[in-house]
Amino acid sequence: MLLIKNGRVIDPSSKTDARLDLLIDKGKIAKLAPSISAADALSLDAVGCIVAPGFIDLHCHLREPGGEISETIESGTQAAARGGFTAVCCMPNTQPVNDNASVTRSIMERAASVSPVHVWPIGAASKESKGEQLAEIAAMQQAGAVAVSDDGKPIASARLLRQVMDYCGPLGLPVIDHCEDSSLAAGGVMREGPRSVRLGLKGMPAAAESICTGRDVEVALLSGARLHIAHMSTRGSLEHVRSAKRRGLAVTCEVTPHHFTLIDEDVQYDSHFKMNPPLASREDRDALIEGLADGTVNAIATDHAPHHPASKDVEFDRAPFGILGFETAIALALGELVHTKRISLMRMVELFTTGPAHVLGKNGNSRALAEGSPADITLFSLDREWTYRAADSPSRSRNTPFDGRKFRGGPEATIVAGKVVYRV
Amino acid sequence: MSHRFHHLLAIEPLNREQITFLLDQAKPFQEFQRYPLKKLATLRGKTIALAFFENSTRTRISFATAASRLGADTMSLQAESSSLKKGESLIDTVRTLEAMKPDAIVIRHSSSGAAEFISRRVDVPVINAGDGTHEHPTQGLLDALTIRDRRGKLDGCKITIIGDILHSRVARSNIHLLSKFGAQITLCGPAMWLPRELECLAPNIRRVPRLEEALDGAEVVMALRIQQERLHEPSLAADEYILRYQLTPARLRLAHPDAIVLHPGPMIRGLEIDPAVADSLQSCVLEQVTNGLAVRMALLFELVAGSTDPQDHAKDSAHASH
Repeated sequence: MLLIKNGRVIDPSSKTDARLDLLIDKGKIAKLAPSISAADALSLDAVGCIVAPGFIDLHCHLREPGGEISETIESGTQAAARGGFTAVCCMPNTQPVNDNASVTRSIMERAASVSPVHVWPIGAASKESKGEQLAEIAAMQQAGAVAVSDDGKPIASARLLRQVMDYCGPLGLPVIDHCEDSSLAAGGVMREGPRSVRLGLKGMPAAAESICTGRDVEVALLSGARLHIAHMSTRGSLEHVRSAKRRGLAVTCEVTPHHFTLIDEDVQYDSHFKMNPPLASREDRDALIEGLADGTVNAIATDHAPHHPASKDVEFDRAPFGILGFETAIALALGELVHTKRISLMRMVELFTTGPAHVLGKNGNSRALAEGSPADITLFSLDREWTYRAADSPSRSRNTPFDGRKFRGGPEATIVAGKVVYRV
Repeated sequence: MSHRFHHLLAIEPLNREQITFLLDQAKPFQEFQRYPLKKLATLRGKTIALAFFENSTRTRISFATAASRLGADTMSLQAESSSLKKGESLIDTVRTLEAMKPDAIVIRHSSSGAAEFISRRVDVPVINAGDGTHEHPTQGLLDALTIRDRRGKLDGCKITIIGDILHSRVARSNIHLLSKFGAQITLCGPAMWLPRELECLAPNIRRVPRLEEALDGAEVVMALRIQQERLHEPSLAADEYILRYQLTPARLRLAHPDAIVLHPGPMIRGLEIDPAVADSLQSCVLEQVTNGLAVRMALLFELVAGSTDPQDHAKDSAHASH
C-alpha cells in the first residue's frame, strides 16, 4: 500500500481542487479523503505538490525498432517517467514502420518488459506510411494501437485521408495528421519570415501547415470520423480547428511545449532550434496560447523526437528535425502558461490528462482520481527551482534547446499502476 | 572601443568603427598591389587553411594570393576531393584541418551558418568566405572599399542592388554594411526574389520590382549574378530576366550621372549585364577584384599577425623592392 499525504489534489474530471490524501492498494486508488492514516502503508509526503491524474503524452518518438542509436523503448520511457508522464503514444515512423500487427505487438511486448510507463502505440495510416495503401489498421488495433498516423509527413492525399477516416470511424480510432503542404514547404528548414530571410535559411511558410489543416477539416466534414491535428503551430490551423468545432465536427488538436515557448526569432545556427513544424512567428505563438486558454486546443503533446548527437551536430540545413520533449514539458507549461496566468492550473492539468484521453476516445473518467480507478498519478511542484541538464537524461539523445534552463516547478514523482516509477 | 576581431563571420554584428578600421587597414595593401615585388614577410611561417566546401575560383584564389603576398603558406581543401564525399562530418573534417595547426581557417560552404558553426568548435580564427545564402563579409568589405574610393566617402550613399536578392549572400553583406553608414538601399528584382521580409534586414530599405524606377538617382548600381543552382523554386527564363532586369546603357542613364557599377562576379555578359556597361568607365568590376586582395590581406594581417602597423610592413617592403 502507498499513501500519498498532504498533497493538493487537482482532478479535471471532477473539477476537484482540494487538500486530500490518497491511499493506493493493488494498483488502484483505494481511498481518497482529507486525512487518511494507514500504518502499514508506505507514505509519500506530497506537501507542496500537486497530485494529478497520470499525464498522457499523445505524441512521441521512441525510435525502436530501427533507431536504437537515438532512443529505445527503455531509455525513452524512463525519460517519460522523469517528465511526469504515465502513458505515452509512440509514433509509427520506426524502421520498419509500425504498419502491421507484428510490429505493434513487438513494441507492446518490449514495453511490457522494460517500460516504467504505459506505451500506447500509434499505427501507420498507410503501408510504410507511403500514402498508397491502407495499413493493417484493425489488426494493429487488436495488438494495442490507439490511433493511426503517417506522422513525419502528412497523409498523402485527401482521397487517402478520406478512406482512412471512413475506415477508422467505426473502429473508434482517431486519425492523427501531421499537416504540411509538401510542395509549399519543400526544402524549408525553419518558418518563413524576417528571421529566415536574415539567416539565409530556406523558410516554410505558415500557410504550408494551414492549407493542409484546412484540407483535413474538409475531409472530416465529408467523413464524419475523428480527426486529430498533430503539433499545431499556426493561427491559420487554429482557425480551421475552431470553425470545425463550431460546426460540431469531431476535430481535436495538440500543441507542443516548444511551440508555445519559443518563436522563430529565437532560431540560431544551432540545430537544436530545428524542428518540424518549425518554431512559429510571435503572432502565431500568441494565437496558440489563446487556443490553449480558450479550449480550442485539446492537449499538450511533447513530440519528443530524439536524434543522436552526431546526427544533430551538423550544419543547420543538414540536421534532422526534432527535439527532446518529455522532461521539460511540465516545467514549460508551468513557466509559460500557468505562472504567467495565461491558463489556470486546472486547465493545465486538463491539457495533460482528460484532454488527451478525450482525443483517444477514452472516457475522461478513466483518468479520474476516484476510488477504484487505476493508480496512475503525476505529482509535480509549482515552485521548486531546478535546472534541466540534458546530460543527466536517461534518453540516449541530447537534442534540446532547453539544456541548462532554470525552471520553477516540475515533476516530483510519477506513479504507474500504484508503483512509484520516478521520484525527484 | 576595441577593434580586435577573433573571427570574421558576418558583417551584421560589426559596428561602424570596426568596419572603418578594416577599410583603413586595407589602404596600404591597395597601394602594395602596384609594387613590382609583391611579397611581404609579415606572415612568414604562418599557415592559412582554405576550406572551400563549395566550388569557388575567384574567392579562393583571392584568399590564396592574399596569404601568399603576406608571406604565409596555404593549405587547401576542395569540395571534390574532401572526405565529406566519403561521409565525414563537417566538424570532423575541419577539426582534422585544425590538427594540422593552421593560424586561420577560411571557409566557404553552401550551408548558411556553416562558418559560425565551425567557429564555435575550433580555437583558430575563422573567416567566412561565403556561407549559403547568408553572408559574404569580405565581399561586403571590398565593395565598401571600392565605393569609398570612388565616391570619396561611404556615408549616405544611394545604392540599387539588382537580382535574386533573397538568395544572395553578397546582397546581405552589402545591405548590413552600407546601412550602418546611412545608405538608402533600393532592392530590385523579380518579385518572388524580393520578399517583404528583406525590409526588416536594416533601416532605409525599399523594394522596387521595376528596374527603371529602382535606378532613379542611384549613385551605386550593383548587378548580382543569377544563381540558378541555389534555387528550389522553378526558375525564371533567362530571356524574361534580360527583358526586365539586364543592366543596359539606356537603363544606367536613369541613375545618377556619376553612378558606378559593381558586380561581385562571375559576371555573365549579356545576361544580367550588357557588355557595354561591363566595359564602361563607370564599371568598377576589376577594381573590386584588386580591392578584394587588399581587404583580404588586411583581414589576414589583423587576425593572424596581431597588432603591428601594416603601413610599416608595406613601407619596409617598398624600400626592399627598390
